[in-house]
Amino acid sequence: MSKAQVLLRWIDERFPLTALWKSQLSEYYAPKNFNFWYYFGSLALVVLVIQIVSGIFLTMNYKPDAEHAFQSVEYIMRDVEGGWLIRYIHSTGASMFFIVVYLHMFRGLIYGSYRKPRELLWLFGVLIYLCMMAEAFFGYLLPWGQMSYWGAQVIVNLFGAIPFVGEDLAVWIRGDYVVSDATLNRFFAFHVIAIPLVLLALVVVHLIALHEVGSNNPDGIEIKKKIDPVSGHPLDGIPFHPYYTIKDMVGVVVFLAVFSFIVFFTPEMGGYFLEYNNFFTANPLQTPPHIAPVWYFTPYYAMLRAVPAFLHTQFWGVLVMGAAVLIFFFLPWLDRSPVKSIRYKGPYFKIALALFVVSFLVLGWLGTQPTDFLGNVGKTEVAVILARVFTLVYFLFFLLMPWYSRIDKTKPEPQRVTG
Amino acid sequence: MKAVHFLVLLLPFAVAASEDSLDRAPINPQDVVSLQRGARVFVNYCLSCHSAEAMRYNRLEDLGLTEQQIKDNLMFATDKVGDTMTAAMRRRDARSWFGVAPPDLSVIARARGADWLYSYLRTFYRDNSRETGWNNLTFPNVGMPNVLYELQGEQVLKPHAGADGETGAPTLILDTPGKLSARDYDKLTTDLVNYLVFMSEPARETRIRIGYAVLILLGALFVPVYLLKKEYWKDVH
Repeated sequence: MSKAQVLLRWIDERFPLTALWKSQLSEYYAPKNFNFWYYFGSLALVVLVIQIVSGIFLTMNYKPDAEHAFQSVEYIMRDVEGGWLIRYIHSTGASMFFIVVYLHMFRGLIYGSYRKPRELLWLFGVLIYLCMMAEAFFGYLLPWGQMSYWGAQVIVNLFGAIPFVGEDLAVWIRGDYVVSDATLNRFFAFHVIAIPLVLLALVVVHLIALHEVGSNNPDGIEIKKKIDPVSGHPLDGIPFHPYYTIKDMVGVVVFLAVFSFIVFFTPEMGGYFLEYNNFFTANPLQTPPHIAPVWYFTPYYAMLRAVPAFLHTQFWGVLVMGAAVLIFFFLPWLDRSPVKSIRYKGPYFKIALALFVVSFLVLGWLGTQPTDFLGNVGKTEVAVILARVFTLVYFLFFLLMPWYSRIDKTKPEPQRVTG
Repeated sequence: MKAVHFLVLLLPFAVAASEDSLDRAPINPQDVVSLQRGARVFVNYCLSCHSAEAMRYNRLEDLGLTEQQIKDNLMFATDKVGDTMTAAMRRRDARSWFGVAPPDLSVIARARGADWLYSYLRTFYRDNSRETGWNNLTFPNVGMPNVLYELQGEQVLKPHAGADGETGAPTLILDTPGKLSARDYDKLTTDLVNYLVFMSEPARETRIRIGYAVLILLGALFVPVYLLKKEYWKDVH
């Protein structure tokens, strides 16, 4: 035995290193027909690492203090060696995280990856999405610009709209009557410790669940049903390592090229990744004329603005916005189709999904604009009417799914994956 | 009261000045001479009232200036070249004179954009209803007077009256000429805006330069990684 083998055996007798390597990578069998959409899981992991590492370096120079926060970010941009790069990597990473995760979720939608036996896998995924939203929200206050400040003010005020306990709850979250130094300090704590811990734990749980049930694939059939009698491995499966580790490396290189292009050539991304108004220092006495959250929250923000006040409270908008996110949890039980993948689903599902995607994009676009930017019809703003229509479409995709997915004309699934 | 506050926050309205009404700033971030001239205008005219707390004097070395040149020509408030650009005027005085403390200009070009600044600096006009005697088309009722009026001259507002008596966009006409011609004044403001853009992100040129190298590197990395993938996947059918 070579020295390396001796060392490995020494470790294996004390820690299941080889066993883990085999069960999770070299003998974890994944369907051989993964396509473009299957890059985004590993890419999400890559962005998570990028965010954690760049975040650690930012924390070394950032000051979570209302007096110094804004200037400390500029200090990082100018006086810290390579600070501008770290900061742009982190700010670009935030948006890219959402792009990657939205595409990852869309993959789940088209290939039915949320269906039995992957319901828990999906639920953990939605929890990760919730965590990301919290992480992004807390992090966005830290640069202490006008949009940081007023964005946080608006979101925390949403909790204030909850009947009876709202006002107290909002004060409890802020630690003050307005967003202030106390708020900045606690948001910093949440952003750098609390939420990342939960996020990491959820990612581990998500991966454990995935490796328990095995990956879905573009055909939506279970490769574990066709086992090679000799090897005992799925006939349509290939070991994750080396096949997918190497394939994903190609994806990572392409992704890093896109990522780098943004970081080095257009870090503000036209005001969508870094909002122009956030280069004004937070001023509690001056409400900006137009408050828009960062693009990844705008679909929900558009819904919030679309719902009219009723019984003297804005709570309904908050309720709709919350429901729009939480409804993802119910997806595994809303889909009654006999097949999983869009390849074998009928026209109803395809139309419904297309409408859902359109409504998500249109709502996202509306959320970035002031409500009067398309003019008025009578007393109502056109943008608000549009937002109402597409909010309805968004919800109908889910609420009508038990019906249209059952009566849809599906095609028979193949016995083996089709590549 | 809280409910009203909440509603106000949820009903954003459009910014008055639309983007299209701005003049395009003909700046060139590679033009070092223009940037140097802009820096000189900035320290001479802006820095009395405005600060640039994030900007250190020695960062002007990025514009091809030596430490001695910076000390001799551009530093009035301090003799330490590593100091940041602070305003000569005290904030409390500023508030009592102009009603508002002049904002720090370190990243103003990133917040406002070059075109806005260029338009703003060229659309001051005499307005005796204002305490300072000045108003601005790009930033109506701004607290700042036209500090460059000796160079630009004094403009007045000429409400544009069409044949049918309809008033269109207001125009400015030069009432009293200044030391500079209109063309030279535009050039001066271009230099100043160019400098403000530089100051808002001094690392910009470095960023773009490194960017090309990184993209070339990733492009080169793609080839072996892709070939490796092809080689491994040969036997997957």
